[in-house]
Amino acid sequence: MLAYPFPRESEVSCVLSGAAGLGIQTVEDMLARVVVDSGLCVFGSREYMSRVRGGNNSTELRIARSRVDALVDRMDILVAMSRNVRVNILERIAPSTVIIGDRAELGTELDDAGGVFVQAPLAELAAEAGGRIYSNSVAAGILLGILGLDPARAGEFFVKRFAGKKPDVAERNTRACNAGYEIGRELVDGKGLFGKASPDESVGRALVNGSDAVSLGAMAAGCNFVTAYPMSPATGVLSFFSQNAERAGAVVEQTEDELSAINMAVGAAYAGAKPMVTTSGGGFALMSEGISLAGVVEAPVVVHLSQRPGPATGMATRTEQADLELALYSGHGEFPRAIYAPGSIESAFLLTQEAFRVAHKYQTPAIVMTDQYFVNSFYNLNPNDLAMLDELPPVRETGADYRRYEDDPSGCSPFGVPGFGEGIVGADSHEHDEVGHVYEDFKLRKRMQDKRMRKLRGMSDEAVAPRLYGPEDYDALVVCWGSVIPIFREALSLLGLERTALLAFEQVWPLHSSTGGLLERAKRVITAEGNSTGQFARLLRSHTGVKASGSILKYSGLQFSVEEAAQRLSEGIAGKGGDS
Amino acid sequence: MQATQFDLPGVDISWCPGCGDFKILDSIKLALTELALTPLDVVVVSGIGQAAKTPHYMRSHFFNGLHGRALSNATAIKAANPSLEVIAVGGDGDMYGEGGNHFLHTVRRNPGITNLVFNNMVYGLTKGQASPTSQVGFRTPVQVDGVHSQPFNPLATALVLGAGFVARANAGDVEETKDIIKQAINYRGYALVDIFQPCVSFNKVNTYAWFKENTYWLEGHDEKDFERALALSVSDAPYPLGVLYRGTERTTFEGSLAAYRLDDTPLFRRGARREALKEIIGYMSV
Ligand SMILES: Cc1ncc(C[n+]2csc(CCOP(=O)(O)OP(=O)(O)O)c2C)c(N)n1
Ligand code: SF4
Repeated sequence: MLAYPFPRESEVSCVLSGAAGLGIQTVEDMLARVVVDSGLCVFGSREYMSRVRGGNNSTELRIARSRVDALVDRMDILVAMSRNVRVNILERIAPSTVIIGDRAELGTELDDAGGVFVQAPLAELAAEAGGRIYSNSVAAGILLGILGLDPARAGEFFVKRFAGKKPDVAERNTRACNAGYEIGRELVDGKGLFGKASPDESVGRALVNGSDAVSLGAMAAGCNFVTAYPMSPATGVLSFFSQNAERAGAVVEQTEDELSAINMAVGAAYAGAKPMVTTSGGGFALMSEGISLAGVVEAPVVVHLSQRPGPATGMATRTEQADLELALYSGHGEFPRAIYAPGSIESAFLLTQEAFRVAHKYQTPAIVMTDQYFVNSFYNLNPNDLAMLDELPPVRETGADYRRYEDDPSGCSPFGVPGFGEGIVGADSHEHDEVGHVYEDFKLRKRMQDKRMRKLRGMSDEAVAPRLYGPEDYDALVVCWGSVIPIFREALSLLGLERTALLAFEQVWPLHSSTGGLLERAKRVITAEGNSTGQFARLLRSHTGVKASGSILKYSGLQFSVEEAAQRLSEGIAGKGGDS
Repeated sequence: MQATQFDLPGVDISWCPGCGDFKILDSIKLALTELALTPLDVVVVSGIGQAAKTPHYMRSHFFNGLHGRALSNATAIKAANPSLEVIAVGGDGDMYGEGGNHFLHTVRRNPGITNLVFNNMVYGLTKGQASPTSQVGFRTPVQVDGVHSQPFNPLATALVLGAGFVARANAGDVEETKDIIKQAINYRGYALVDIFQPCVSFNKVNTYAWFKENTYWLEGHDEKDFERALALSVSDAPYPLGVLYRGTERTTFEGSLAAYRLDDTPLFRRGARREALKEIIGYMSV
């Protein structure tokens, strides 16, 4: 594995590992807040098992002086809270990794690990602070001491976080954290790694994860109807809207199944709401008939499809990018759709709005594709960097002669809703006439199908262009889409290759018209994506005729790390590698 | 039939001559007219099947969606704009078979919609297979030995799930059916009217005459008496017709939504709430 050059002064990667229920989430939140309040940047990424208690989960926090937004394998510090540390963590322990743990809990488990082991009496100090459940705060305190961040900020965090509880909860956490802090400080002789950090006004203070970004983007677009059937990793969006239903003015309902969720969304769209459903691959598969319905009734619905490994139930809490073809081809019959795949939090915010804009302008479904890695990753950003699109135009009143499916050169008929105007508003899942009544006529069928498909022209003209990172005069082009983009971008900059560029797609359908030209200019095209068959490579080939000369695929259930991406890129570009 | 503003002139109706659906269509149009509703007030929502073609044969807003999903569409339309009068129509296969799960959960959810089920105890559109309400022994080209499964009991099911308005009508009795539909529309909450409907083409057992002989109109029945309603709902032939149960109105689905707590504008008039958005992003910064 390629070693990651680690400029100690500017960046540290900390991993906390422990059983669910140990409060890792709380300290993760706390550390992220303190890091940001200290004027530093943080990137957090979580991996967890599909169980509510026990097992071992981990969270990675990259702490740096400037923006970080990708997963790394490197662990400078590993805090092991409970025994049975999982192999995906053990493999990442390097001789330079400082392991912090309590032998009372871990036993001799990590004795043979390559890193430096620091025995920390987590349980004992926690008990002194008020109970063993505070050992997470002791561990977090140790990290603060090593990093050289002010523990008083942790105290402030606990007071806010536990505002609704008895005051001694915050106090005990603070006490535990302070006890840990002293240990951490001693480990670095009082010279914390970021000792010189001071609050920097330019550092963005909002901590936003992928799920929040999709939710906030939807809200910015005016989304006011959210239905879903819970499914990891898509449920965060449902929770967000449930918790903000009154503020957002949004109807939110957990439905009996995904069929109902999408059919409610289509009904709501017909009545003029701005609906979104959120699901993962298994639920999306069930929604397929409803997607098709949205296509024929020309309903603007937005679907958030957060991927996890399949087929079927696959791995409920792991990540993959294998539902592209499902999204592309779901629903029987032919109809236009738009598909987005954000690579960053800011993009997720913007592209979710774009999905609403396009869904409404073209009266057809739009899909925002994320994945488990993406929705559970976060970093700090400046709220001003969240770009807002213009608001959607208001619905127009219908006249008495209103015809819902009036033929129009753009393919987009005038959109009217029942209850606003003098017109009758009809919608039909069958082939229908301009008014919306079922009517079997072969000429009409062709006219209506042409009308619907014509929208694709406008949608293509307005497609988000792929972004090129690196030299314009590239020989080799690395192509990726969605959540892997920042990882490969960092991997490429790490490799410092001269004539290699990255082409990043955040809209995967319809493809922007520049796509073919950009691919043809390269001598070698290497695609990188999180599935086992190269779905995006296949799409590019069928639409541009360009066949990638290599592909880098990952489908273990874990996301690529920067190091792995760099390693495989260097092999791929040297011509050795690729998997296809 | 008297002319109503819900008539759609010149429409080519594809129901078989003599089908009970014609009479139900008449009852619906009369009920709406007598309630002084206009085609602009009403959205008729349906799925797929012969019965589900109803909205194409009358003048009003309509949403003709997928097989079995009308109740989801209808619930959402009502939730998106509670001032619309939403009526979900369909056959027994559509509502209780393909849409069975939605039926259960729509009753529980209690949206303020009217659910009319044209119950012909057979699949009409697909030419005569058994439906969930077909009686045991009913033979079809698919159920060649006769139906084995127990028929689905929509009235009892709706009652035990807490439906506030549960009624049964008979397509042949237009006047009474119209009256029940009016009451169902006026009921604030989910209202089920299961309407016996002879399919003259594919159900040679449950005919006009059979329904006449095997039903009776309730008289002097206390509609508030849940236990009696339940007993009536599970009774074998002769089947009671009329309003079996009318409970006290409880909060409707749309009435319970946080979206309307501070603001009763229908969703289509709402813009993006960007101030609220900024506030939420603000919380993420502290
Ligand atoms: C998903 C799906 N499955 C099957 C069908 C075929 N289909 C159309 S109508 C129907 C049954 C209709 O029966 P019912 O609801 O009782 O209505 P009727 O025609 O008797 O009025 C079926 C199975 C379909 N259109 N869609
Ligand atoms: S098939 Fe049966 S239900 Fe359908 S129209 Fe004919 S008689 Fe009516």
